Amino acid sequence: MKALIQYISTILQGLLTLVKGMAVTGHYFFRPKLITTQQYPENRQTLKMFDRFRGEVIMPHDENNHHKCTGCGICEMNCPNGSIEIITKMIETPEGKKKKVIDKHIYHLGMCTLCNLCVKACPTGAIVMGQKFEHAVWDRTQLTKVLNQPGSELMKDVKE
Amino acid sequence: MAFDIYDFTTLTSSIHQSLSESLPPLAVEMIEWTLVGLSMLIFVALFGLILVYLERKVCALFQQRLGPMRVGKWGLLQTIADFVKLLMKELITPNRADKFLYNLAPFIVIIVTFMAIAAIPFAKGLQALDFDIGVFYVSAISSLGVIGILLAGWASNNKYSLIGAMRSGAQIISYELSVGLTLITMIIFAGTMQISGIVDAQASGWFIFRGHIPAIIAFIIFLIAGTAETNRGPFDLAEAESELTAGFHTEYSGIKFAFFFLAEYVNLFIVSAMATVLFLGGWQPLHFGSFEGFNQVMDFIPPIFWFFGKVMFIIYMIMWFKWTFPRLRVDQILTLEWKYLLPVNLFNILLMTLIVLMGWHF
Ligand code: SF4
Ligand code: SF4
Repeated sequence: MKALIQYISTILQGLLTLVKGMAVTGHYFFRPKLITTQQYPENRQTLKMFDRFRGEVIMPHDENNHHKCTGCGICEMNCPNGSIEIITKMIETPEGKKKKVIDKHIYHLGMCTLCNLCVKACPTGAIVMGQKFEHAVWDRTQLTKVLNQPGSELMKDVKE
Repeated sequence: MAFDIYDFTTLTSSIHQSLSESLPPLAVEMIEWTLVGLSMLIFVALFGLILVYLERKVCALFQQRLGPMRVGKWGLLQTIADFVKLLMKELITPNRADKFLYNLAPFIVIIVTFMAIAAIPFAKGLQALDFDIGVFYVSAISSLGVIGILLAGWASNNKYSLIGAMRSGAQIISYELSVGLTLITMIIFAGTMQISGIVDAQASGWFIFRGHIPAIIAFIIFLIAGTAETNRGPFDLAEAESELTAGFHTEYSGIKFAFFFLAEYVNLFIVSAMATVLFLGGWQPLHFGSFEGFNQVMDFIPPIFWFFGKVMFIIYMIMWFKWTFPRLRVDQILTLEWKYLLPVNLFNILLMTLIVLMGWHF
């Protein structure tokens, strides 16, 4: 008798879980607003990528052409496939001290796996992930970029 | 030529009369069969195309996608484009395949579906074959399709095909039993195996309402077993893309592949049509006891729309199953059939017999 009750309750429970699953998909079916598909080339003007989307590594500059990169080279060491090369130069500060600053932050987009490790490792938060994803170019040399803009300087209040 | 959308018998008999006036009976017979065959052919091709499109759209909606959108407005011409592509593809026969059986298999599958579709009543007077044992005929014919699948798997000389075909064999042999027993349950209730008789008996109320508990249980079991019969998900382990590439039709290309594909969708239609005939009253409109006004409004909708509306509803349910449930393992499929569906089904037959004997139905 007990076995029989158990048998029937397994069947009913099974049916119940199936109905629960169908309720989820049925919920989606009748709400076309939830559709996540993007019709890409058509909606190019209005397309907004998601906050955590990783398109490329970029280095934001402020209005005075200042960035936060100290040239420490930690991102270069952390990159698993050598997509970053840091070239530094020595300059003389107005006080007469010698100081190492970034000359070129070279980034090879063609090799980058967008793993985000360099962004996480950077102690000053100088580099972030950008949202651009239309990276097709005619020549692969165009995929090698210099992230610090020409003539840019280190921000004043960045601790080294 | 008299045409009445509520009753096609006038149309068919007027065609028959105008043919008989000038031709000998044998020629009339031949011409009529050709006409029926041609209309079936056109129906199957068109309905197959529509179903493939619907399936892709429905599945996309269940998964929060858009589905085909590029070819034509809302992708309406997508299946036609796919069909043209399939027609132009090269027909490949694998080395060391059994050529004869390999080429025969898709035809067996498609011919069997055509034979089964002949017994489906689309509307009043729109049924090609009306045997005394119509239900038995459909269930016997539709289980022949597995021979084509087994042949396809065996003749392809490919181990994935063979595994897929064997799985399909095990599955259909098991689930044929469930389908048969639910059919028996409903035959006990209807008292006849003739499909037109079953439909006529539901003029006063569909069997699923009149037969209440056992009819509903039989309906659920029929839906489950019917899904398994058509080899559709969650019972699609005969093709199981992720395990067996494409199962029994791995080696087929072009139009031969299209035959298997079309047969799957026509089988879907046949299962849905059988469910409609046995449980939802075939082409009979929805009637509720003595609400005369309501019944008359329902009568106003032509039977052919009732039939296709119900069939579409069942097809939608089966698609809903496919795109919700994960695929079952082989042992789970056999457990479901032999440990659950079969005992419940046998008990259900007893219950139905009791109810019919005691007259506890409406
Ligand atoms: S995202 Fe990863 S691969 Fe790309 S540059 Fe940074 S560390 Fe290297
Ligand atoms: S980007 Fe960050 S980690 Fe890389 S060199 Fe500049 S400050 Fe150092």
